[in-house]
Amino acid sequence: MDKSLSAAQARFLKARSRHHHLILAGQILLFFLFVGIWEFTARVGILNDFIFSSPSRMAVCFIQMTKDFSIFTHIGITLAETVGSFFLVMALSLATAMLLWAVPSLAELLEPYLVMLNSLPKSALAPVLIVWLGNNVKTIVVAAISVAVFGSMMTLHTGFKNSDPDKAKLIYTLGGNKRNVLFKVLIPSSIPLIINNMKVNIGLCLVGVIIGEFLAADQGLGYLIIYGSQVFKMDLVMMSIVILCILSMGLYRLISMLEKRVNRQ
Amino acid sequence: MEPILEFIDVCFSYHSTNGETPALSGISLSVKPGEFIAIVGPSGCGKTTLLSLISGLLLPESGEIRLLGKVQGTSGANIGYMLQKDHLFEWRTVYDNVLLGLEIRHGLNQQTKAQVNSMLDTYGLSAFKNSPPSALSGGMRQRAALIRTLALEPDILLLDEPFSALDYQTRLEVGDDIGSILRKEGKTAILVTHDLAEAITLADRVVILSNRPARIKKILPLHFDEAFDSPLKRRSAPCFSEYFDEIWKELKSNG
Repeated sequence: MDKSLSAAQARFLKARSRHHHLILAGQILLFFLFVGIWEFTARVGILNDFIFSSPSRMAVCFIQMTKDFSIFTHIGITLAETVGSFFLVMALSLATAMLLWAVPSLAELLEPYLVMLNSLPKSALAPVLIVWLGNNVKTIVVAAISVAVFGSMMTLHTGFKNSDPDKAKLIYTLGGNKRNVLFKVLIPSSIPLIINNMKVNIGLCLVGVIIGEFLAADQGLGYLIIYGSQVFKMDLVMMSIVILCILSMGLYRLISMLEKRVNRQ
Repeated sequence: MEPILEFIDVCFSYHSTNGETPALSGISLSVKPGEFIAIVGPSGCGKTTLLSLISGLLLPESGEIRLLGKVQGTSGANIGYMLQKDHLFEWRTVYDNVLLGLEIRHGLNQQTKAQVNSMLDTYGLSAFKNSPPSALSGGMRQRAALIRTLALEPDILLLDEPFSALDYQTRLEVGDDIGSILRKEGKTAILVTHDLAEAITLADRVVILSNRPARIKKILPLHFDEAFDSPLKRRSAPCFSEYFDEIWKELKSNG
């Protein structure tokens, strides 16, 4: 196969891979530049490292917390809450979207209320949830669900509604019913939509979990951030934020991997 | 012979908030088993509505449709419907697409599978059984769609411009192909088309509809000599152009 490549094609492929390598090198360089400037300015006193912390202080803080294993507990709890609420959001919104599709009158009936709940700032609900559910993990998970679930329902329902009516007609002409349309056409044709929706939801769940942990937790990264800022341990706050960055990227990547797998089939 | 399909003074209108659109008025027609009927008419005149009524996707506002001598809905007649596009699902292999109807009707067994396999063989698709539909050419896709419909062994086959999405050359080939397949299997078929040549080459009778609301203007029986027994051969028959002119004049005349 390689031998059959024309010179122009080979040049094209080489230029492309060169481009990719350059971008990757640039991304890595950008990271070290950012960390380096931060560390340098903190050391020479341009930045006040008591307020802004610095990469080395964050590293020290992290190593200290790994010794008693506490950092892993905090990360694990935030991760578990996020993943748990993510699965609940997907299940709830898929089930609701299917129901709304199956009973269009219900969708018409509920439309203004869904729009309202979707645009309501969910952080306003958090204090109410604490009163109702208590100062515990239930509040955090429900807060996370409330952030993502309404938008997800509406996106999926709109996607279902806009699917090709002729494909549904085909199922009816073959003697099928609404259930067949749902399982043979709607769900398989909506896989790309569902995966895109998952990408949005995993991020929103993380937002919701952090809001929840700000208010109702004694463990988790959200708790570390709020606690650290109250006692002015900025190293702890900054380190938790960096870990959150890595966490959210990792979760997003996981879903991208799932997407690639599905597309390959 | 008792008609397999009868329209008795059927009327139908579409309703929307902008008003009522009458689509069919006073349609009466009877079709014998094994007959191939082509329905032609100006675009938007209600040809597809006619097929939807036969298949039971729509119900007539007045009048009656009888299948196998019984009112539609109680007849238990098995109706196959081929839509304009093939609608093969990209997330299924060709084989799984062809089995879709059997799957929905819970008719999958050794015997029906063997039958589908032999049809795939006969119509040159068995090499593509496990490929996605995107690997098929336009004509092959339409043949796969036909097998999907025939797998359910319909008493009547409805064809809604099934060749209109194909390029001209493929269209002639597939028209010839599918026409011959249906003749061989002895199926009763009702073809809706705006292509007059297609109607003449395939049908036993051509039903000409008026502008909306559609009435039957004329039913033209076609007679070809035995020498012109395939759709492609019919095109070169001397009476082909006579029929063409006759239908054309009928369509152009007002009222």
